[in-house]
Amino acid sequence: MTHLHLAVALDGAGWHPAAWRDPSVRPGGLFGARHWTGLAAEAERGLLDFLTIEDAFGLQSSRPGEPDDRTDQVRGRLDAVLLAARIAPATSHIGLVPTAGTTHNEPFHVAIGIASLDYASHGRAGWRPQVAARAADAAHFGRRVLPPLDALRGPRGRELVAELFGEAADAVEVVRRLWDSWEDDAEIRDAATGRFLDRDKLHYIDFEGPHFSVRGPSITPRPPQGQPLVAALAHDVVPYEFAARGADVVFITPHSRADAVTVVAQVREAERTVGRTGEPLKVFADLVVFADAAPGAAAARKARLDDLDGAVLVSDADIFTGTPEELADLLLDWRQAGLDGFRLRPGVLPADLVTISRDLVPILQRREAFRTVYDTSTLRGHLGLARPVNRYSAAR
Amino acid sequence: MPVKQIHLAAHFPGVNNTTVWSDPRSASQIDFASFEHLARTAERGKFDFFFLAEGLRLRELKGRIHDLDVAGRPESLTVLSALAAVTTRLGLAATVNSTFNEPYDVARRLATLDHLSEGRAAWNVVTSYDAFTGENFRRGGFLDEADRYTRAAEFLHTARELWDSWADEDVLADAEAGEFVRPGAGAFAHHGREFDITGRFTTPRGPQGHPVIIQAGDSDEGREFAAADADVIFSRHGTLDEGRAFYKDVKSRLARYGRRPDELKILPAVTYVLGDTDEDAAERALEIRRAQVSPQNAIAYLEGFWGRDLSAYDPDGPLPDVEPDLGEGVSKGRAQFRGDRGEVVRRWRALAAERGLSIRELVVEATGRQTFIGTPRTVADRIDEFVQTDAADGFIFVPHLTPGGLDDLVDHVVPLLQEKGVFRTDYSGPTLRDHLGLTAPRVRRAPEEAAS
Repeated sequence: MTHLHLAVALDGAGWHPAAWRDPSVRPGGLFGARHWTGLAAEAERGLLDFLTIEDAFGLQSSRPGEPDDRTDQVRGRLDAVLLAARIAPATSHIGLVPTAGTTHNEPFHVAIGIASLDYASHGRAGWRPQVAARAADAAHFGRRVLPPLDALRGPRGRELVAELFGEAADAVEVVRRLWDSWEDDAEIRDAATGRFLDRDKLHYIDFEGPHFSVRGPSITPRPPQGQPLVAALAHDVVPYEFAARGADVVFITPHSRADAVTVVAQVREAERTVGRTGEPLKVFADLVVFADAAPGAAAARKARLDDLDGAVLVSDADIFTGTPEELADLLLDWRQAGLDGFRLRPGVLPADLVTISRDLVPILQRREAFRTVYDTSTLRGHLGLARPVNRYSAAR
Repeated sequence: MPVKQIHLAAHFPGVNNTTVWSDPRSASQIDFASFEHLARTAERGKFDFFFLAEGLRLRELKGRIHDLDVAGRPESLTVLSALAAVTTRLGLAATVNSTFNEPYDVARRLATLDHLSEGRAAWNVVTSYDAFTGENFRRGGFLDEADRYTRAAEFLHTARELWDSWADEDVLADAEAGEFVRPGAGAFAHHGREFDITGRFTTPRGPQGHPVIIQAGDSDEGREFAAADADVIFSRHGTLDEGRAFYKDVKSRLARYGRRPDELKILPAVTYVLGDTDEDAAERALEIRRAQVSPQNAIAYLEGFWGRDLSAYDPDGPLPDVEPDLGEGVSKGRAQFRGDRGEVVRRWRALAAERGLSIRELVVEATGRQTFIGTPRTVADRIDEFVQTDAADGFIFVPHLTPGGLDDLVDHVVPLLQEKGVFRTDYSGPTLRDHLGLTAPRVRRAPEEAAS
């Protein structure tokens, strides 16, 4: 049986807003390196393909699309690309996929940041491009005004969503061209002619679009993977098409196996719509996970956190509570919908990640559904993706 | 009078013609291993900080990418964040442009580095305005040269407001009481000419409060900016007399901002060459200069001043007889020479005629001679003399080799400085502010006359 791919999504103390109040968590350490390197080491112990790190240019909120004033949940975050870089030398195999935005960021800075992460990790970098639609985040930059989220419904809203995702697609295109803007053998160190570079192997990318134009080339040579992995979270047709245009991996949020069948079909349809060529998207389903060995324990633990938070947990992704065995059953069932893998969002960190790496993974290994050793050293390698030919070398 | 303690920093060799890539010991300028070796060496030498420069567009000469010098570098903050994992005390200084960035993003990235390094972050605030670099960014060449320090000053001021938007004790993380943060943590509003922004800052205050601020400009405006708002000034005055004049000038500006002279450290960028004897060192210094100035590089260097193609000239022959084109120039993407190019050309012709110098010999003579040349003892004495006679508070060393360029400095010169009692034998505290003897961050103050 083909192996499953497994990723873990890291965010604060876990995906339950009251997770930081769980007795297993040391909530004072969330902004220190040790918290994050500990989580990464645990995920690597479980031989996971990669970890993702959430980010945004605004504080977490219990209200979709706008800030709140709650003080009883985790508020505050660190820059995800820098966190991934801090983790890189402390790990050796696991892929590192930080989030960085496409609405307020400079694509040039994102390109060199992820390329630098790829160098620091020896080929384990990825990027999760994220649209920033929140009006409050836009006010942190003062360069554009976005309407409040409720205005996003209706035709004007659909226009704005299309515009933000169009800009995001342009950002991914720019970043990918910049990664290729140095051919692999551009550095020649030719003493005879005194040339360090072969300038014919450096390329202007000359991207022009409605939101930005970028000339290039990059200041950073082509990263070790050639093209670091691009992974996008998507819930609807517009983002499926965005993923189909520029990503290698798409995270989807089905709520059942049947739902997964439907969404995978929509993703494949989006690939046809945009005329995707080359490797099809690797499709990962997101799941929020509360897992404990004792039957009923995970559900009880989640219920206690719900009580603390004053509300039952709501998520875009399906919420699993149960034993590691039951989780393995679910993953192996859902994968038959055409999924390549799963991105698990631990309800509590590190507790649910520890269960994933020490209990779930051995069960999947026994069922011959997951690797028993890392046999590749790059993130693309873990996912069975070749190192791509440089678009500019190919064009010469 | 007690002796002054010297501050030492290391500049990643990087991207310019100081770095000799033709030497067999010269390794990759981009692999993480090179950064790690230099940073670990600097930390072994108990240096204050490790410094990365920035250039957001590859240099061009005559409309084509400059291909003679080392090029290709990582994003500073990303590689420094990774270096935080392999060092424990060394300060980590990133050069980040205030023109092609926004305060919210830069402030949170620097606060992040400060958290992830437990208080070792520094920011070298640079400005640029050129449309050439702007072609890589959303807003293009939007900024007039005259406004670059206005924007830089407001950028830094805004970043400080963002760092101050969280108090040290705003993260409560009190699980019993169910209070993670204090109400309103991170709230800010800045209404200025360059930035009009409001909301909540995402990143809690870092261990240093504010990262250490470095300023590198040498213009009058740059000096004033440093006197008002920087902790370290990175200068280029490598001779004793120039150094003293600069030191006196900059330190005298501090009082206007209510600051003491020791609140701003003056660290010139310098190079060095060691030898078994002073003569041996001088010989090696000349060899290095010749490696830095290849025949092709000598022509390219002159082209920058002549403003025209000189490829037909023999680098080992006399200076070009054509007159310089003093128009727009042919060199882009490097710090521009701001003086009178015609005057420079006249001076060089006189020098070459007087000493019978070829093009290459002239460039070797006229550009960046090494600051400290000699035995370890000579160099240690000279460094100490500069500092004790107020030509500097210390130095930022720019090695000419990646990654081994700091090894002999740390192995042979640092112990002599330690013996003299002018350089630390171990770090006295965990943060870069501790190393530099800086107190907790100031709130920015207006000049006295502005306040009156």
